Amino acid sequence: MLYLGPNQHDNPQAPGSNTDWQCYYQQQASQAKHPLLQQFYGAGMVAASTPISQVPLVAVDFETTGLSAADNGIVSIGLVPFNLQRIFSSQARQWLLKPRFTLTDNSVTVHRITHSEISSAPDLSALLPELLPLLAGKVAVVHYRQIERAFLAASVQVRLGESILFPVIDTLELEARLYRTRPLSWWDKLRKRQQLSIRLDASRSRYQLPPYRPHHAVTDAIASAELLQAQLSYRYSPDTPVGELWC
Amino acid sequence: MEIEQIEILEFLKRHSPFQELPAGQLLQVALSIDIGYFKAGSEILRFNAPLNALHLIRSGAVETFRRNGDLYNRLSAGGIFGEQGLLRGGKVRFPASALEDTLIYFIPNEVFQQLFDENEFFADYVEVGDSERRKTSKASTQARADLLGATVATLLSREPVTISTDANVWQAAQLMTEQKVSSLLILDAKQHLTGIITDKDIRARLVAPGLKSETPVTDIMSANPVTIEQQQYIFEAMMLMLRHNLHHLPVVKQQHTVGVIAISDIIRFESQSSLYVVSRIFRQQTVAELQALVPDVHACFVRMVNEDANSQMIGSAMAAIGRSFKQRLLELAEAELGPPPVPYCFLALGSMARDEQLILTDQDNALILDNRFDPAQHNSYFQQLATFVCDGLAACGYSYCTGKIMATNPEWRQPLKVWQQYFQNWIAQPSAERLLHSSIFFDIDGVWGQTQWAEQLQQLVSRQAQKHPLFLASMTRNALSRTPPLGFFKDFVMEQDGKQNNSLNIKRRGTAPFVDLIRIHALAIGATDSNSFSRLQQIIAAKVLPQGRGEDLRDAFEVIAMTRIRHQAAALRQGSEPDNNVLPEQLSEFERKHLKEAFQVLSNAQKFLKFHFKA
Repeated sequence: MLYLGPNQHDNPQAPGSNTDWQCYYQQQASQAKHPLLQQFYGAGMVAASTPISQVPLVAVDFETTGLSAADNGIVSIGLVPFNLQRIFSSQARQWLLKPRFTLTDNSVTVHRITHSEISSAPDLSALLPELLPLLAGKVAVVHYRQIERAFLAASVQVRLGESILFPVIDTLELEARLYRTRPLSWWDKLRKRQQLSIRLDASRSRYQLPPYRPHHAVTDAIASAELLQAQLSYRYSPDTPVGELWC
Repeated sequence: MEIEQIEILEFLKRHSPFQELPAGQLLQVALSIDIGYFKAGSEILRFNAPLNALHLIRSGAVETFRRNGDLYNRLSAGGIFGEQGLLRGGKVRFPASALEDTLIYFIPNEVFQQLFDENEFFADYVEVGDSERRKTSKASTQARADLLGATVATLLSREPVTISTDANVWQAAQLMTEQKVSSLLILDAKQHLTGIITDKDIRARLVAPGLKSETPVTDIMSANPVTIEQQQYIFEAMMLMLRHNLHHLPVVKQQHTVGVIAISDIIRFESQSSLYVVSRIFRQQTVAELQALVPDVHACFVRMVNEDANSQMIGSAMAAIGRSFKQRLLELAEAELGPPPVPYCFLALGSMARDEQLILTDQDNALILDNRFDPAQHNSYFQQLATFVCDGLAACGYSYCTGKIMATNPEWRQPLKVWQQYFQNWIAQPSAERLLHSSIFFDIDGVWGQTQWAEQLQQLVSRQAQKHPLFLASMTRNALSRTPPLGFFKDFVMEQDGKQNNSLNIKRRGTAPFVDLIRIHALAIGATDSNSFSRLQQIIAAKVLPQGRGEDLRDAFEVIAMTRIRHQAAALRQGSEPDNNVLPEQLSEFERKHLKEAFQVLSNAQKFLKFHFKA
């Protein structure tokens, strides 16, 4: 797939739309050593054939110190549970975190989160007991999955000694599917425009969704949830199996 | 970390009725909101489905419908819907669908109900349709501003400050200073009111002549002052003060003094300036001098609007001024032309006769002449008289009637017997075309001369109209030719068929069809009043409308009339020419909402009228 980086292509465990996530969760529930991960996988995952209208979803957005999970950390997490009918913004959550890597001046500008705010924030390990149950049993929805999946995997690996892997529906990838048939020159443009926030906003505007202030974790999570509702209502039946959407 | 919901909060801060909420409550609302996306054309609410949230449009546009599928409303960003359903059993009353791609904010029912119970502005905003609430909010305005109905007692705020007859002026002045009053009542040993002294009396009768402060109060007081009973109307108090040139008026209750009202109390109550204008009208000697009063008339109008007078007060004050202009012009005309050769009655028609006159108004008038009227001998006198008055009125801002319904038109300058024939013909052989321009003849008021003739014509109409269903049906057909718009959408006026216009003629589309409608019901029950509110009272008493509808009509008429009045007052304040064309962007969201509901009441009432009189 277009957005998979080269190292993930080589990885035999690389997830994708063909992954049997239900089976994977069952496997991991017994193999995982850390109790948090055992619980996470133990909550199970819907079968790939489940209609999207029946699937509990959770939109997730991470604000990070940079784009690469290897040498950047998470500064804030926003998430909002939702389904096809309703986005439960009243149950939305947001946390500030102390990243493993220092904040660059550049990322301060982007997220408007300052060094002093971060210094009093908890480390992700303190947050995991709260965060993982909110993700368990739900399909995560992100805009550009490389960030959330890779950062969470890397961070959890460091803190729990094991990695974490879960299915995601990527609203950017759903947009890309629609525009894949366009001439190559458009792709070139897209490649240059891989600034994620702009991309989210541009996608949203195609569905007449209002512009939001970007790089605010919970707002971005809500923005992705709204975008998925719009994409699904325009292009997919509520009976679409989730296996056609996730990866 | 505390969740912020910046986007939701910022959006709420830009829209009524949320932006008016206190910050704490606003944040609570923001944190309670859930969201949903609806693509263009999709259903949002289905009739009678359970409803558990107030719907607020974050972006896009929504249409709501009546059960029969008629368009009920079109709303854009910031618009709310579903409130009627939440307030009436939690089921969808008006189904809704997305006109454009739409994002909806859902405010949970518990939060909505809490706001509704705790916040008066919020409740008023969402619930203008509920007549109970409207009545309470209107009652409070009326208590403040209804000069016509308010008694002197409502102006009394404190016990009277009194002193005995053996006190001296120094003691009186001390007491007045201490009590911060400008007048003092003087009571004898039996506690009977014997006099009053004021600041001005001390200045004019003690200080100026150089008397000592030990002078007895009885030496400088006004003895046996004019008083008013506490249950008399404020209006009557004003008349007394004007007639006797008084600034203070003791108020009595069964011979016992209960307070004093000062002219400033009444000025605060307003409408008083209209009486000054009236009194000045009668002091002018020429048309040019009368014309010079026009700015005062405008100022009086604006002032009443500023001071929250209701449409009935303003309408009757402006009609009183208009009537006075006519009466003074007739006095001047008779002075110039000599006494009339036969008796006559000068008639006011339309808005002046209804006591609903505003600033921008045509002169609609006519002359009833004595049955002995002989055209060969007398016509020239009455033609000159009519010309003098109509030209004078035009000079004073009452423009000539474009339909030529004026005393200068020989058709409308006829003996009483001809007028009786006119009315009999209109009623007994009606046609919508013949009645099209005659409806204002059913609002008549004699302003000068043999005014009993006007009453005779009214009696005739009152007796005959209710017996002639065809007449009522023809009047109804004409009344239904002018319909209200559906409401507003973005900056446009929304028509019933979904078309959009830039502006709204609030008279043609609002007050006029309302007046027509009320007139027909009034004629059908033989009511003799001309004022729309008085007619409504009689209509309600006659129980010809379904329960509560009459009150709805009254409140809705007030909303539309006040919108028109405020629009004209705003033009006068800006020094521009007042008109009836209201631009939606000039209205606040609150006004739009109220106005829309009022139009709905009118529209429903028109449907009822059509059905009732088989037009």
